[in-house]
Amino acid sequence: MTRNLRQQAGDALTASGHYLWSGWGSLASLGIFLAIWELTAQQLGPLILPTPIEALTTLRGLFESGAAWPEIAVTARRALAGFGLSVLIGSLLGLAAGVSMTASMMARPIITVLVGMPPIAWLILALLWFGAGDGTPVFTVFIACFPIIFVGAMQGTRTLDGQLKEVARMFGLSTWMKLTDVYLPHVVSYLFPAWISALGMSWKIVVMAELLSTEDGIGAALAVSRSHLDTAASMAWIVALVGTLLAIEYLLLEPLKRRVESWREFASSSN
Amino acid sequence: MLEDIALNVGEGEAVALVGPSGCGKTTLLNLAAGLLTPWEGTIASSFARPAMMFQQPRLLPWKRTLANIGLGLKARGVGRAERDRQAAGLAARMGLTADDLAKFPGALSGGMQSRAALARAFAVGPDLLLLDEAFSALDIGLKSELYRLLAGERAAHGSAVLMITHDLMEAVRLADRILVMSGSPGRIVAEHRVDTPVAARDEAWVFARTAEFIRWPEIRAAFALPPLEGA
Repeated sequence: MTRNLRQQAGDALTASGHYLWSGWGSLASLGIFLAIWELTAQQLGPLILPTPIEALTTLRGLFESGAAWPEIAVTARRALAGFGLSVLIGSLLGLAAGVSMTASMMARPIITVLVGMPPIAWLILALLWFGAGDGTPVFTVFIACFPIIFVGAMQGTRTLDGQLKEVARMFGLSTWMKLTDVYLPHVVSYLFPAWISALGMSWKIVVMAELLSTEDGIGAALAVSRSHLDTAASMAWIVALVGTLLAIEYLLLEPLKRRVESWREFASSSN
Repeated sequence: MLEDIALNVGEGEAVALVGPSGCGKTTLLNLAAGLLTPWEGTIASSFARPAMMFQQPRLLPWKRTLANIGLGLKARGVGRAERDRQAAGLAARMGLTADDLAKFPGALSGGMQSRAALARAFAVGPDLLLLDEAFSALDIGLKSELYRLLAGERAAHGSAVLMITHDLMEAVRLADRILVMSGSPGRIVAEHRVDTPVAARDEAWVFARTAEFIRWPEIRAAFALPPLEGA
């Protein structure tokens, strides 16, 4: 059993390793991006745009002084709370709406309104409803991510091949088996991209909400560094923010997605 | 779409429905399978374990072949070890290797997918097997191989078969009773009983009977073939 677990962990690590190695092209483009940043910063001077080195040094200072981690943790907690809520509720409701034609027809205009509503408008409402504190960023993140995930789950359910549904009926699959063996594996390929874009969304929105509504978190720290005209610290916080997001996406969600969708890779490799 | 259809499949009997495309064969089969409900008329079935093989293999792309074959067993609540054992045994008889069983269907050839689909249908030990032009897209070598496997499994379980096809030779080779359908509205225009046991039908016999069959006026009319000179 332990051996099996170790084997699985080993496989997962190898998969992540392969995946990271396959990302060397992305690393190269990241390098080009840093070079352009550097050149621009040299032209504009440190008050307008600090160089990458300056930003990273400031960031290291923030970590070493112990100022960074608590703020990142607070922001991550809020972003993940809102994201988690929308994953849970959005996926379930989306699945339900996809199964019923009536429900998906009824959901469509509401979703259009939700997608069209700018997050800043939700933020204003949330400030009025929840005041300063965790409620405002968590709610804003939730309401902004919800329609993305809902639509992903609904589309996934609606696009399931009718022929496979017939197979499920013919072989007498129970509702539970239909869900776990037929619907979910298909829906996941729609849900995962939706989750990933919602995660990116949650990270952006939580900072915006914090900037206007809270005393702590990366957003609040950005507000402080802005009021001190401290561009280097602002850049440092932005780097911390983007770095955390990239780490979650590429180290957690992408390998997970590859694992769940391994059948797709095998299927395409044979053709 | 269908009119005045009275169709009865007895225990262990193989019935073939032949007819041109669009005459309502598939509709009739889906009615029999319970995938459709009729607007008028009744469907009564005393078969407890029907299974169906479709024109396309229709394997679940995200399940490995072994799990696909065991799908019907899983639905019947057979435990994992037992259904894997049964599915593997059946798959071996169908000419699938252990390697094939570990693959996802997308990595199998069309022929292997068809074998897996046939194995999936037989895994539940069906007392009625519905075949929806199941062999029509396969090459003749694979067809005859699958006919042999089908005959073997039928002999072992005594399952009844209701098959639809537009291949007369397939019907002559496999069926105890052949029903000819014609279209708009779909109805049964002729019925023919084949008394020679399936095991005794060799190639020469099948060719001869098919040639004889295709001269029938009902068949020619159903498939919109011109009448024969002097017939």
